[in-house]
Amino acid sequence: MGEKRQGCQMMAVRGNEAEGTERRHSALLNFCSNRGVLGISILLMLFLSKNIYDHMDDEQQKRRKEVLVGMCDQRARMLQDQFSVSVNHVHALAILVSTFHFYKNPSAIDQETFAEYTARTAFERPLLSGVAYAQRILNSEREEFERQHGWTIRTMEEEEPSPIRDEYAPVIFSQETVSYIESLDMMSGEEDRENILRARATGKAVLTSPFRLLNSHHLGVVLTFPVYNSKLPPNPTVQERIEATAGYLGGAFDVESLVENLLGQLSGNQGIAVIVYDVTNSSDRLIMYGHHSLESDMSLKHVSRLNFGDPFRRHEMICGYLQEAPTSWIALTTSFFVFVIGILVLKSQAEAADIAKSQFLATVSHEIRTPMNGILGMLQLLLDTELSSAQKEFAQTAEACGEVLITLINEVLDRAKIEARRLELEAVPFDIRSILDDVLSLFSEKSRQKGVELAVFVSDKVPEVVVGDPGRFRQVITNLVGNSVKFTEQGHIFVQVLLAAQANSVMDAETEICTNGESECKMESCIRQYNTLSGTQAADDRSSWVTDKHLDDESGDASSTVMNGDASTTVMNGDASRGVALMVCVEDTGIGIPEQAQKRMFTPFMQADSSTSRNYGGTGIGLSISKCLVELMGGQMDFKSRPQIGSTFFFAVEFRSCENNLIVNLKKSLSDDLPNSFKGIKALIVDGKPVRAAVTKYHLKRIGIQAQTVGSIAKAVAVFGKYGSLISRDEKPRDVLLVEKDLWIPGEEYDMMQLSSWRKNGHLYKLPKMVLLATNITAAECEKAKAAGFEDTVIMKPLRASMVAACLQQVLGISKKRQHGKEMLNKSIGKSGLLSGKKFLVVDDNVVNRRVAAGALKKFGAEVHCASSGQEALKLLQIPHEFSACFMDIQMPEMDGFQATTLIREMESRAKAHVNRECTTEGEARKGEWHIPILAMTADVIHATLEKCLKIGMDGYVSKPFQEKSLYEAVAKFFEPKETVNSS
Amino acid sequence: MEIVGQLQKQFVDFSTSLYGEGFLDEQYLQLQKLQDESNPDFVCEVVSLFFDDSEKLLNNLATALQQQVVDFKQVDAHVHQFKGSSSSIGAQRVKNMCVAFRNFCEEKNLDGCLRCLQQLNHEYFLVKNKLETLFRLERQIVEAGGTVPVIVA
Repeated sequence: MGEKRQGCQMMAVRGNEAEGTERRHSALLNFCSNRGVLGISILLMLFLSKNIYDHMDDEQQKRRKEVLVGMCDQRARMLQDQFSVSVNHVHALAILVSTFHFYKNPSAIDQETFAEYTARTAFERPLLSGVAYAQRILNSEREEFERQHGWTIRTMEEEEPSPIRDEYAPVIFSQETVSYIESLDMMSGEEDRENILRARATGKAVLTSPFRLLNSHHLGVVLTFPVYNSKLPPNPTVQERIEATAGYLGGAFDVESLVENLLGQLSGNQGIAVIVYDVTNSSDRLIMYGHHSLESDMSLKHVSRLNFGDPFRRHEMICGYLQEAPTSWIALTTSFFVFVIGILVLKSQAEAADIAKSQFLATVSHEIRTPMNGILGMLQLLLDTELSSAQKEFAQTAEACGEVLITLINEVLDRAKIEARRLELEAVPFDIRSILDDVLSLFSEKSRQKGVELAVFVSDKVPEVVVGDPGRFRQVITNLVGNSVKFTEQGHIFVQVLLAAQANSVMDAETEICTNGESECKMESCIRQYNTLSGTQAADDRSSWVTDKHLDDESGDASSTVMNGDASTTVMNGDASRGVALMVCVEDTGIGIPEQAQKRMFTPFMQADSSTSRNYGGTGIGLSISKCLVELMGGQMDFKSRPQIGSTFFFAVEFRSCENNLIVNLKKSLSDDLPNSFKGIKALIVDGKPVRAAVTKYHLKRIGIQAQTVGSIAKAVAVFGKYGSLISRDEKPRDVLLVEKDLWIPGEEYDMMQLSSWRKNGHLYKLPKMVLLATNITAAECEKAKAAGFEDTVIMKPLRASMVAACLQQVLGISKKRQHGKEMLNKSIGKSGLLSGKKFLVVDDNVVNRRVAAGALKKFGAEVHCASSGQEALKLLQIPHEFSACFMDIQMPEMDGFQATTLIREMESRAKAHVNRECTTEGEARKGEWHIPILAMTADVIHATLEKCLKIGMDGYVSKPFQEKSLYEAVAKFFEPKETVNSS
Repeated sequence: MEIVGQLQKQFVDFSTSLYGEGFLDEQYLQLQKLQDESNPDFVCEVVSLFFDDSEKLLNNLATALQQQVVDFKQVDAHVHQFKGSSSSIGAQRVKNMCVAFRNFCEEKNLDGCLRCLQQLNHEYFLVKNKLETLFRLERQIVEAGGTVPVIVA
């Protein structure tokens, strides 16, 4: 009715929005199809940041260049200055010689004076290794000269007496540092000769090209000055100059030390390499200083001209950095940051697109679901009509497919929700054990058919009630167990839940044991094959946790690990809202996962390999969802698998523990009403496999039965034999004997017979009831079992506490009535305490619904009135009334729940205003008294509807059809706080 | 005692088949949980209410669909009622039928509606039959001095 109408409206609204939606979708498709766009954008970002880097790097290079130019020029200038200072001084010396040697007669200078003077003025010419004066001697004057000085003129190379030439230039005065050149003919050396000729022709200081100096082997140049014997005319010709030449003053420049020295003065600046060239002959540059092969960065260099005062020679200085330009970190980081920011922007865009995609998926999935329900419904109808067997089969197949499709759509929807981060986890108290039992019951049929042993074990340390999202937890477990069931053909599937801390300590302990007593381990495994549930090997040896003494509370020797475990529980109990980290592990002995496939196990739609989906079906989305869910629950999922041996999936989840005072109440409403009438009953489990026995023990313990385990029937017989002979023992005999099917084998028939004959003869004080536990059993075996004494019952596995309880009730003849009554008693303490004496109004046009709602509320001890329409409800709720709350159906003819609620709220506010007015006179405040909690009852769980409920003035909602639990929870919200206030 | 056992077994088998074939769902179990000493015939009471209500609705539906001009809104309202009550007692197949029925109402598909009504009639009487059998068995068990087994679906 109204729901439908509203649905229609929604459809209409959707129709109007269709354009908009389409646009959104197309934009979305654009984005999806343009995966390339993303790539291009990333490339663009890369390009941009590269540009930025280049630009900044360029800037830096430019700066570097400028610095280099500055430095190079500075060095060149200094070199030039120092050089010319020295040149000037040599010039002065030349003048000195001409003045005192030639103009003065007799000469005022001899070798001694010259040496003395030059030595004392050496500081003026730091760059010159030495100076010397050579006299111009024509061949005609040679004999006279040689006689005068008492030595012969020698050549520079061989230092032999010089052969006859036109003229000579023997050194007559020399500084002590170069005294070895005395009497050497300067004109016998190629370089010097040229120099001399050029010098006297120009009258200026001239330089040789660089060469290795005689003594120091440093590179150097020789500077030559002409000395004229008479005053020259103002503008002398070359001929006049040559004729006036009397001698030459020369000095050797040690360029290497000169530059070294210079650079030394400037050290502390950035290290640069300097090379000085003589470039007189531009095609053949001669090095004066520095090395070509210097490991320097000559990619960046600067050339400075040098003017040493000799117009004929040209020199230049080339500078370069010694080191490569350091990576410019600023440029690098800046561009990197630009890139990162760009990528982040892109990422956020992509994420937005991802969310849009997920939303799109969600919408689409939802839209698919609706018609799919129609299809399924129609198929169901079709199946109920008269069909030929072939038609029926087709229709059944179609229906099965449709159901699979629905499941898949739901899963996709889930994933989309997770990706869109719209999946919110509930935080409600729940009982892990009963959830695990539920999941097990889902797969019990399948596992039985396959003959696979399915079992669950929850450690005692795990609190009974935790706060979390039971639905999602169940989903994860269901998925894992479902997978295991799918892929396991023999052996077992075993679900274990432990406290994470416990699991760790056990693992530590295990490794310890294994290292300490390896041989012992080996021996054990030989005897017991593998210590797992079914004795089949598993991928991970976690089964042994269960039997490990560290986990066993009753274990006599209190090892340190047990102490630790206890400590952790006490801590946990002390702090109420502490997290409970659980380790859940699902172990199977299935086909396992090939190693190459293990990496992509959690990728959606990936199965181990393509043959998997062919052989086993399924889409492979479940695992990825489970992983996401586990992560949302603050945990991690992982697995170990060995092909052909099995897989073990394990995950940790974090729940919150329930506050202590709530636990008692919640336990009653949450756990699936396990009977507790078994208190004091003792059982004997006959089972050779400790893990399996532990599971049985766990289930028995949950319903309050204390159990003891023996490994074989023979031992069981022994135990009973003991009781048989010594009835007077204080110990109570065992009431129930639970025997695993595989232990009951022909070989032990004798013992069995003995046992059953005792029973038959009434030999025992009190006969134990005998129960057979089996995974699968054939009719023949069943008969045989009955014959062997198991007439009481066969419990089919997987074991579930509630089922075990039901079977044992039957066996032990505990009347259901009594048990039921007790349960009721418990309940009325828990629930009716809350609602007793309260008066509720149920408004629903549907008489059946009304009756059910009334029944449920009455059960909590409340008094219930019914109204079949909105109008009737209005009449009943005229103020003052005595109702504590009102349950309102939304869709009713004439006046629907929304209208009724609106009117009720109006009525209340009028009354309030009235009361307030009276208040001013009477001074008695009863403000806010008239607000009756109205809870909507609706089958429509669309969020919008629920929001509308709250908007219109309702206080909550209960979904239809009624579930006792949800109804209770909804009501409890309103009354619990008051209750505690009253009671305290 | 033997008879009780047989009856109990029969009862269990029959109930299991009802759940197995989808006639009933867990809502019916919920209903059973509401029954206790203070309210011993609760399920029976609700179910007979359901029967009365359903028959009235089926009549209304038949009339409504025979009109010259069919008021689909009216029909939809009736089906909604039916859906509500059937889901309240957990008559799953009737409920599913109603879902399909309402789709036809929405489409204003008279043929579909008529077919659905027929099916609905069929389903209703089927489940009525089954439930009556179930109650009869329960009564027999109680009369024979046994207790009605609790079904855990």
